[in-house]
Amino acid sequence: MSAPAAVLAESAPVRFRDPQIEMAHGAGGKASRKLVEGLFAPLLFGAAPGPLGDAAHVDINGTTVAITTDSFVVKPLSFPGGSIGELAVNGTVNDLAVSCARAEALVVTYVLEAGLSTQVLEAEVRAMAKAARDAGVRIAAGDTKVVEHGKADQMYVTTTGIGRLLPGVSIDPCSVRVGDKILLSGPIGDHGITILLARGELDFEADLRSDTRSVLSLVETLIHAAGPGIRWMRDPTRGGAATSLNELARDCGLGMVLFEDQIPVRNTVRGACELLGLDPLHIANEGQFLAVVSPEYADAAINALSLAPGGSEAQVIGEVREQPAGTVLVTTLYGGSRIVDMLVGDPLPRIC
Amino acid sequence: MRFVDEFREPGLISKAAEEIRRLAGTERHYRMMEVCGGHTHAIYRFGLKDILPENIELIHGPGCPVCVLPMGRIDDGLSIAQQSDVIFAAFGDMMRVPGTQGSPLEHKARGMDVRIVYSPSDALKLARLNPDKHVMFFAIGFETTAPSTALTMMRAKAEGIRNFSVFCNHVTIIPAIRAILDSPDMRLDAFIGPGHVSTVIGCRPYEWIAQNERKPIVVSGFEPLDMLQSIVMLLRQLKAGEARVENQYKRVVPWEGNRAALRAMAEVFQLRPYFEWRGLGFISQSALRINDKYAEWDAEQRFAVPGIRVTDPKAAQCGEVLKGVLKPHQCKLFGRECTPEHPIGALMVSSEGSCAAYHNYEHRKAAMVSLNSVA
Repeated sequence: MSAPAAVLAESAPVRFRDPQIEMAHGAGGKASRKLVEGLFAPLLFGAAPGPLGDAAHVDINGTTVAITTDSFVVKPLSFPGGSIGELAVNGTVNDLAVSCARAEALVVTYVLEAGLSTQVLEAEVRAMAKAARDAGVRIAAGDTKVVEHGKADQMYVTTTGIGRLLPGVSIDPCSVRVGDKILLSGPIGDHGITILLARGELDFEADLRSDTRSVLSLVETLIHAAGPGIRWMRDPTRGGAATSLNELARDCGLGMVLFEDQIPVRNTVRGACELLGLDPLHIANEGQFLAVVSPEYADAAINALSLAPGGSEAQVIGEVREQPAGTVLVTTLYGGSRIVDMLVGDPLPRIC
Repeated sequence: MRFVDEFREPGLISKAAEEIRRLAGTERHYRMMEVCGGHTHAIYRFGLKDILPENIELIHGPGCPVCVLPMGRIDDGLSIAQQSDVIFAAFGDMMRVPGTQGSPLEHKARGMDVRIVYSPSDALKLARLNPDKHVMFFAIGFETTAPSTALTMMRAKAEGIRNFSVFCNHVTIIPAIRAILDSPDMRLDAFIGPGHVSTVIGCRPYEWIAQNERKPIVVSGFEPLDMLQSIVMLLRQLKAGEARVENQYKRVVPWEGNRAALRAMAEVFQLRPYFEWRGLGFISQSALRINDKYAEWDAEQRFAVPGIRVTDPKAAQCGEVLKGVLKPHQCKLFGRECTPEHPIGALMVSSEGSCAAYHNYEHRKAAMVSLNSVA
């Protein structure tokens, strides 16, 4: 959650009316958005914060920097392809990257549960150190709090990142135009489904790894190839690609039309989603990003991404149209279509 | 992906759609009810309405187990779980269904021990892992899920697991179809028969619909091609003046059903004399209770159940929508007071409920200037 400069003098009315906080308020979908826009934004950001991006741009003595923060409460702490420490670094690096900034320094906060094994903690700190090295970011400061046993679930990590703006690009949902292309950096759903399976509550296994990684170098590749054509970027974490694109549709008042057969989804993820009644577009990712690029830059963008390491599965998955305004529509090869809304609640499996 | 992609193949789908257009012609209107909530979900998810001609109207039936459960049953189940040391276990579908004091998830947020399970046997596993707690499985579903509840109870009995019980809300599909057909404001030409229920009960139980009511019924799979093929089969029967039961979903549904599953149900359950269905009222012999051999694992016999009855909010027209008399968006509350985030009726909660399916996938499409500019 980040917004342009705060205007505390003129706070807007609180519109959040839910009587209590529930898991859905943290799931990244509609309920999260209502909480942020209805309670946090009016009280903290002032009356008209404008579209909320992944990071805020802050002006300090004439220099603009990007700043963002993210907390990690993933369970289990480690899973195929990654762990909480790695996620905590990549998540914040990525929020900055899709806000057109290179992470320069991170500040880390640990909330630890009494009784946590030192071995587990050390492994996570090592994972953070490695992820920071890989992403080229310095961990500059930190803080630690310990709570009583049973009052937290092993460990929570918060990372706050500050980044230097990348030259040659400027994004704004309001700059999106009819005819722009929607790009996706690679297959969706790997992280969310990996976590679901790693919890061990489902009696099935799949050969799947979280996609957690820094997307900075891919974003830099994209900017290099198509900088002036980039209108908008977002990393579709909780709430999935559908939620990010719904936010964009709402912010720019245009329709996001996706071509179902162009959306890269691994067969294992598709299979798990079919079995559980989930939509891959609602599943969380930790190493992908979406971009809207003007049509004349789309080919150059895809060519550059496909040749870059980790970008071979990048695809144009749809385009911006006038209708259906404010909405995400998925079309199928055989001429059917459906609305894909933001995630509502937590993704819960169907029974039959 | 095998067994999925074959049934979504664009070439075959457009052929089927063409055949439907040819058979349907333009002279008359066809009203077909898909009984099963899974079909309703598939129709919206795959955008099948976009490829069907306008004179084929699909009416959404009562086959969503969450949707037909009266609110009082949810309150009853949650009241048992108010007792300390009780774990409330249920399928994910149940979690956001509102009771008068909130949904199971809202109770969980307030501290109740509520767990999502993917099968009844997972609930039994919870009981084994938590010997100092009592695990109550809140069972819902038609004949699709009833056998797995039955088998789990048989296992609990065999293993002597006593900290486990089932709050049984299982219902049966045939009386619901009968109630729909008895409803005076209902005019239907044919049925798309439920696929998963039929894997258990087979196709024979539908023969009375064909014989007595003179309405064709085709038991159908859930992929786009399955459903289109079923509509082709129904149109062919209607054109020929026939009324038969046909099985489109042969790759899964045996004509005689699943004997082992039926045996398990007979071992554990007996018919209730009557049961309340949300929107449809009391229907005789339409639900299952746990028989006395398994009384020890029957939550309704083990615990004091208040037997709460709750009338639906007057303005909500769940019953009319459930019977297919009203389309979801014709209900006064649709999209205003009643949304997937704040459901008033259960049809808005489950992804198989017609209101949620319509809300999630369809309703803003209606407001679009032109669909042609999109496809």
